Amino acid sequence: MPSITVRVNGVETTKEVDPRTLLSTFIREQMKLTGTHVGCDTSQCGACVVSVDGKTVKSCGVFAWQVDGADIETIESLGTEDNLHPMQAAFREHHGLQCGFCTPGMVMTAVALVKDKPDLTEDDVRHGLEGNICRCTGYQNIVDAVMAGAKAMRG
Amino acid sequence: MYLFEAKTPTDVDAVKAALDEDDEAQFLAGGQTLIPVLKQRLAMPSTLVDLNKVEGLSGITTKGDVIEIGAMTRHADVAANEDVQKAIPALALLAGGIGDPHVRNRGTIGGSIANNDPAADYPCAVLGLGATVVTDRREIEADLFFLGMFETALNEGELITSVRFPVPERSGYLKLPHPATRFALVGVMVAKFGSMIRVAVTGAGPCVFRVPEMEQALTEKFVPEQIKDGLVEADDLNNDIHASREYRAHLVGVMARRAVAQALG
Repeated sequence: MPSITVRVNGVETTKEVDPRTLLSTFIREQMKLTGTHVGCDTSQCGACVVSVDGKTVKSCGVFAWQVDGADIETIESLGTEDNLHPMQAAFREHHGLQCGFCTPGMVMTAVALVKDKPDLTEDDVRHGLEGNICRCTGYQNIVDAVMAGAKAMRG
Repeated sequence: MYLFEAKTPTDVDAVKAALDEDDEAQFLAGGQTLIPVLKQRLAMPSTLVDLNKVEGLSGITTKGDVIEIGAMTRHADVAANEDVQKAIPALALLAGGIGDPHVRNRGTIGGSIANNDPAADYPCAVLGLGATVVTDRREIEADLFFLGMFETALNEGELITSVRFPVPERSGYLKLPHPATRFALVGVMVAKFGSMIRVAVTGAGPCVFRVPEMEQALTEKFVPEQIKDGLVEADDLNNDIHASREYRAHLVGVMARRAVAQALG
C-alpha cells in the first residue's frame, strides 16, 4: 500500500493508504476529522470541499495517494466552538444553514473566495458557490452570510 | 471501485515505463471524470499512472502568435492567465466556465480533450480555434483529432503533452450551461483569422463539430445577422431529457449569433 506524508491542519502525519482511498475517506476515517462531509460521493455537491496547497478541491474526487506531500486544510482548521472563524460566525448570524450538512464545504469555499478576492461582489459569491449544493436554504441566506463574512474578514 | 496499482512518475520517460509494464494501465490527469467513473465501476484499469507530478506538462507560454498550454494545466490557471485573456479572451472565458471552481482547480485541458465528452467545453475551443494537439510522438490537427463520442485520434498509451492555439483576430464563446452540471447544453466557439472563419459546436451532437454553412456566411460578412435560422439540421443532434434535438438546433443559431457579437466586442 502507498505510504503518504501530508500536513493536515498544520500537523504532519504519515499513513499507509489503500490506492482506492479517497481524500475524503482518508480525512474522515484515518485522520478522524469528521467535519468534512460526504454528501453525494459523486463529486457534484461540494460538501467535501477542503483546501489542498491553497486550492479548494472536492476531496471525494481526489485519491489520498495523489496528495502525498501536500498541505491540507479542513473545516477544523478554521475556528473552535468558542472562537468561531468570522465566516462561521457570519453563517450563524445570517442563518446561512438549516440542516448544516453542506456547511463545511460552503464555509471552506467562501473563505477561499474571499482570500482570492477580498472585495468580492454578490455576483462573485453566487458564481463562486456553483460547486456547492444546498437543499435547504435556497441560497439567499448563504449569500448574505458570505458577504457579511467577507466584510468581517477584511476587518 | 476495482483495485488498481498507483504509480506517480515524475518524468515522461517514467510514464512510458509504467505503461510498458502493464497493458491495462490508464493515465490519471485531473481525475474529475475518471475518478467518478472508477467509483461506478465503469472502468477497470489495473494501474493508474498519475500525471500530476510529471515535470514539464503544465504551464502556458506565448511564442509569436501561438499560445501553448501544457496538457496538465488546470482550467483555473488558463482562465486567470493574462496572456490568454489578452490574446484569446474567448478561451479564458471558456476555461473559467467549466464545471465549478473546485473542478477548475483540478481539471486539465489534456484530460478534457482526451476524454472528448460530447458536451465538454475544451474540445470546442480546440476545434473552433484550429489548435494543434501535441503528443509524445506527433502533432495532430484539431480537425483530425476528435473522431466521435468519447473517441479521439490518440493511440494506445499516447500522451498529450500540450495544445498549441493560434491567436485569432477575434473570437467568441458562449454556452447554455446545464443548470446542474454546467456542461454545455449547446456551446459555440467562433474564431476569425483574417478571411478564414471557424465555427465549432459542442453539446449539440455526439461529438464536437464544425458548421461550414455558418463559416461561409460569416466569411461574407462577420456580423451576427449572417447566422440565419436553419443552418444546422436537427436530425443528427442529441435528443434527451434535457433538450429536444429541435431545441438544440435552434440554440446553435442563438449561441453562434451571440458568440459573433461577443467576438466583435
